[in-house]
Amino acid sequence: MVEEQLFDEEVAAPANPIESLLRMDRIPHIWCPGCGIGTTVNCFIRALQTSGLNLDKVAVVSGIGCTGRVAGYLDLDSFHTTHGRAIPFATGLKLANPELKVVVYSGDGDLTAIGGNHFIHAARRNVDMTVILVNNMIYGMTGGQVAPTTPLNATASTTPHGNFEQTFNLPFLAESCGAVYVARWTASHVRHLTKSIKEALGKKGFSFVEILAPCPTLFSRRNKLGDGLDQMEYYQEHAEIRHGADTKTVGMDFQS
Amino acid sequence: MATADPIGVLTGAHFIDGDHACSEGAIAAGCRFVAGYPITPSTEVVERIAERFPFVGGVFIQMEDEIASSIAIQGAAWAGKKTMTVTSGPGFSLMMEHIGLAAMTETPLVLVDVQRAGPSTGLPTMPAQGDMMQARWGSHGDYGIIALCPNSPQECFDLTIKAFNLAEQYRVPVLFMMDECVGHMIERVVIPSADKIEVTPRRMHTGSKEEYLAFAPKADLVPDMVKAGDGYHMHVTGLTHDEKGYPNMTVGTQARLVRRLVDKIKLNAEKIVDYREDGVEGADIVVVTYGITSRTALPAIEQARSEGLKVGHLRLVVAWPFPEKRIRELSSKVKAFVVPELNFGQMTLEVERCAAGRANTVCVPHAGGTVHNPKDIYEAIRDSVKGAK
Ligand SMILES: Cc1ncc(C[n+]2csc(CCOP(=O)(O)OP(=O)(O)O)c2C)c(N)n1
Ligand code: SF4
Ligand SMILES: [Mg+2]
Repeated sequence: MVEEQLFDEEVAAPANPIESLLRMDRIPHIWCPGCGIGTTVNCFIRALQTSGLNLDKVAVVSGIGCTGRVAGYLDLDSFHTTHGRAIPFATGLKLANPELKVVVYSGDGDLTAIGGNHFIHAARRNVDMTVILVNNMIYGMTGGQVAPTTPLNATASTTPHGNFEQTFNLPFLAESCGAVYVARWTASHVRHLTKSIKEALGKKGFSFVEILAPCPTLFSRRNKLGDGLDQMEYYQEHAEIRHGADTKTVGMDFQS
Repeated sequence: MATADPIGVLTGAHFIDGDHACSEGAIAAGCRFVAGYPITPSTEVVERIAERFPFVGGVFIQMEDEIASSIAIQGAAWAGKKTMTVTSGPGFSLMMEHIGLAAMTETPLVLVDVQRAGPSTGLPTMPAQGDMMQARWGSHGDYGIIALCPNSPQECFDLTIKAFNLAEQYRVPVLFMMDECVGHMIERVVIPSADKIEVTPRRMHTGSKEEYLAFAPKADLVPDMVKAGDGYHMHVTGLTHDEKGYPNMTVGTQARLVRRLVDKIKLNAEKIVDYREDGVEGADIVVVTYGITSRTALPAIEQARSEGLKVGHLRLVVAWPFPEKRIRELSSKVKAFVVPELNFGQMTLEVERCAAGRANTVCVPHAGGTVHNPKDIYEAIRDSVKGAK
């Protein structure tokens, strides 16, 4: 009977198209409601699925942080390394087996504070890898401390009176160090982002995609910017798409 | 046992220093990925590797620092290569976090530390043996480790091969604890033909993909490995993980995993320990040495013997795991152990612990910068039994 069939698991819950690349036995994931990281993973998987790459030859390397947990949810060869060191691990992996498509997927603090030295040198060497950086402007995993990407005047648990340090302009940094492909999208520009990741994966050399993503739990709420959805709306309203922009001009201010 | 790939083996007699011999040992052992950062007195090892690797199909990269070097080799290990990094004091300190990562993820690799005098920048070009306890305990948390101490260029060749073999067999980082003297000492080194060199291949999983459990141990407590790109979709993490390799942060999983990481060395220790004895049976005093100190102690031992003292010599080839059983045995037969070290008493602590008061333990300390004056060792030998039971 039709009614009975509705309760058949396969009919009631059709597989999500991205499930094939997730370790479903590890779901539910650890990310907070409203966190932008999951959306970026969705885009990444869709980009991989349409990339034409042999997925047995794709390896993902993460550092430590909320974003660092991405590797552990992907049903690919995946490595969860140490804080800041995903890039040198990935460098060894790639050089030892050039057949692999190596993707580094990690957070802003991980890749540009503790791992900043490795970031600039991998770009300079033009190591053949794609670096996907989720920029939530904060150290999420450790409870909302200031990052090199935290906007001027924003507060964080270690800058309770406001951040007084200048903020990294990451596309400019990556480009000036030699990256062959540089992009910045937000977690709400899902189609553009998916296309951009696919483009980056298709490039030979050091490609870099920065993704602005909300951390409602530790950044936006503390800074009175609302929750995840408010951040996504802000991105939609204020983000400007400028292909081929001079990266020198794409630095970001505090939104309020 | 497999034998070495002849392409890397420079069979014949050579007149080279310990650093160069170490490079040749690595190549003969099948090492094909090295990452390093220059630091005296270890740099010659990577210089020779950089020179030789293109001709044996290896990849060398000079990374931006030792932190990067010590993890780049782990990426390469998971791509299936035998890998090594090389450093000295300050660089060794920078590598500590990644010794722990390799221990936790059971990544086979060799880490060479050509010891120089510290702390800090210390005496960059001069010898010491001050990193021995750091080698054992340097990374946070509990884990088993293996460390070797060559005392000649010939041993730098032979034992580098042994270091790679142990790394593969037990899937641990193996620390190759040279010192500046051994590294820069030039002697005759005989490299045998490739078919005489035994090399341990990686322990690869051979069953089906479906039944593969990345961290399920075999009878010797060591799991078999796979490599990236072979379709296993493995997950490797420094977090506490279950047999599948998935993070599992429970007290029970932590207990099982860490106990195994400790036990795989501890319970196999009798197979791993390696020491050389001379005149130990019937001795009243045993001089315990390793590395260059084993050579500076020789004139002291001879002089003491010529004066009628019954002196034996036990040289540690493998420092970690420590030969606890042997030192315990000897401690109820001898009156004293004398331990000359280019530090203020590191392996002495181990000897003392195993002697447990049954024999006197005397350290002959030295701050490093040069080697002991054999006279100091002789006097320690002579005086060691004076206050003994
Ligand atoms: C050597 C070391 N230092 C510090 C930490 C603690 N730590 C873990 S994650 C993290 C920051 C992560 O921030 P980010 O990379 O921005 O990732 P997010 O959590 O925001 O995604 C820090 C400092 C660590 N794990 N290792
Ligand atoms: S703390 Fe922030 S970054 Fe981490 S999961 Fe929660 S929302 Fe996401
Ligand atoms: Mg962050």
